[in-house]
Amino acid sequence: MERTISRNSGESSLFAAAIRESLFAGLISLGLFIMLVGLKTDQNIRNELVIEQRWGLLASLVALTMVGRFLYVLFVRPALERRKLQKARVAPKAAEKSYLARNWTKFAVLFLFIYPVLMVLMFGLQGSLKWVDNFGIQVLIYVMLAWGLNIVVGLAGLLDLGYVAFYAVGAYSYALLGTQFGWSFWILLPAAGLMAAFWGVILGFPVLRLRGDYLAIVTLAFGEIIRLVIINWREVTNGAAGVSGIPKVTFFGLFDFNISSPYYIAKVFDIAQSGVYYKIFLYYLILLLALLTAFVTIRLRRLPVGRAWEALREDEIACRSLGINTTNTKLTAFAIGAMFGGFAGAFFAARQGFVSPESFVFLESAIIVAIVVLGGMGSLTGIAIAALVTIGGTEILREMQFLKVIFGPDFTPELYRMLLFGIAMVIVMVWKPRGFVSSREPTAFLHERKAVSSAFTKEGHG
Amino acid sequence: MAAKPLLQVEVVETYYGNIRALGGVDVAVNEGEIVALIGANGAGKSTLMMTIFGNPRARAGTITFAGTDITHMPTHEIARLRIAQSPEGRRIFPRMTVLENLQMGASLDNLQYFDEDVEKVFTLFPRLKERMSQRGGTLSGGEQQMLSIGRALMARPKLLLLDEPSLGLAPLIVRQIFDAIRQLNKTEGLTVFLVEQNAFGALKLADRGYVMVNGRVTMSGSGRDLLADPEVRAAYLEGGRH
Repeated sequence: MERTISRNSGESSLFAAAIRESLFAGLISLGLFIMLVGLKTDQNIRNELVIEQRWGLLASLVALTMVGRFLYVLFVRPALERRKLQKARVAPKAAEKSYLARNWTKFAVLFLFIYPVLMVLMFGLQGSLKWVDNFGIQVLIYVMLAWGLNIVVGLAGLLDLGYVAFYAVGAYSYALLGTQFGWSFWILLPAAGLMAAFWGVILGFPVLRLRGDYLAIVTLAFGEIIRLVIINWREVTNGAAGVSGIPKVTFFGLFDFNISSPYYIAKVFDIAQSGVYYKIFLYYLILLLALLTAFVTIRLRRLPVGRAWEALREDEIACRSLGINTTNTKLTAFAIGAMFGGFAGAFFAARQGFVSPESFVFLESAIIVAIVVLGGMGSLTGIAIAALVTIGGTEILREMQFLKVIFGPDFTPELYRMLLFGIAMVIVMVWKPRGFVSSREPTAFLHERKAVSSAFTKEGHG
Repeated sequence: MAAKPLLQVEVVETYYGNIRALGGVDVAVNEGEIVALIGANGAGKSTLMMTIFGNPRARAGTITFAGTDITHMPTHEIARLRIAQSPEGRRIFPRMTVLENLQMGASLDNLQYFDEDVEKVFTLFPRLKERMSQRGGTLSGGEQQMLSIGRALMARPKLLLLDEPSLGLAPLIVRQIFDAIRQLNKTEGLTVFLVEQNAFGALKLADRGYVMVNGRVTMSGSGRDLLADPEVRAAYLEGGRH
């Protein structure tokens, strides 16, 4: 109230407020920095302690604070408030969405399908390798992992910090069975999924009674246990050295991607030899796997088990008193989420041709959870965007050679990726605390689908 | 009364750790009745409600529903015997829409009678129909209470347990909700077991009532008798009719 009144009384009082607040901020920064910056202890040539006075630096810091505060109060804050007001006024009117906005998921999927073709056309066969493999496949793996974890975290509300364990189970299932028995990827893919789902249930049982932070700790430990078992069970997993020579995926046995094989794609189709074909093939493979994950998630949300997951996230006690078996519901969430992690793991092993425990550290789990949270828990679109931004963003950093002009030739941008990742995360969480896409698509409709303005379905913020 | 009661609670004791919350409670609810349980804060009313649902479990005594001993059953299996509950604090699903909340209530029959039953709930609480696509968390307190009762009704219950449906609501809304309960009882023959602080309204609505003090039932009788009882009047009714 007070603020609106003072604003109404005119520009001059705003100016006065800005002066007042900047003086105040200056005083605080002076108090804060006088010891930290103004005085510096040092040793002189005779090893004696001397105090160096840096009043100039102190003054410039204080001045900077004051100017900053002054500008913020005078310009930035009123602008923010005007925008807020405007938003509040406009919001209830459900804007008619354009054709593109309504169908944009279809366009996005279409784009993903023609993406490798575009890359080959733009950068040539060899030039496209980087964009299809390092960028496309890398992002899609994380999209798939995050969509899989979304079932556990986003839908069922069970915070799982050890998701990478299922990724590892899937990867090692394919790596070990593929190298030992030479079984095909197409047999081992479902096997890896089942194996991961089995471990999902194994993890699920002891943590059934846990929720929130306690659950997070136990799942985190589980992720580490799997990694340590892989490192130490040398007879089977070859320990820290990892498993190499993992067979490539074949195109259902019709042709394959080994140059020495009689069915090598270049020989079958009589085209030039290139490693790019395999990468493009892998791109489509992971794209289809990711879309399968999305499709299953969308279908499940409309089935009783999916509805039960979402209800479970909201209120476990209410669920039980509605006759829902929360034990089974949680276990299916763990199992299905883990299964997709296993699929992604098998794909990862096939793509790399080599797996080692290095690939399954806690940081991976943390990144996947971060993607799910950034995307807005439960929203497939939001998660895909989050994966593109976080994974694609760090890959893009390598391309930013112009930064060397600014920061000097020794600057390697990718070394700063965790720093930037952290900053980006903080900014997104301040700007959109519920993630990129915070609205939830309802699954129940009476007789016909009715368009409801998001202003009515969205919960109030904070 | 010759027929066995639909719900029979016999000398039930419930503990929270070492603290005894219920000290040998006997309550019976016959088919087609509205029974009210009144008492002050902390008397153990909600504990009894929750104990019937097996959470927390009774340490002694038995609870029988329609001839089945449910004392040691898991909560979801008790619910499958068609006991529905509008729990303390309503416990609706805040991020799900009104319709989705009702859908969750109908999970027992896998939505077989959903369209039919949802219409019934909407006739009973027309406000919910207006709010159909809105998130549960955005409803007002009264609407949330209606949703909580509506969700319980979607399970086609034989017995409806209501824990303080009038809590925190305006008198007009309380009347609407009590009217709805009466109507359900009259037209559908629904058996209702009601826990209330609002003793006047509850006893007026109920066929029979129990008074609970410190984890024990101290008095029981018809709603009218209890309303007239000087002790009940002194403890729960005087000093402000609700």
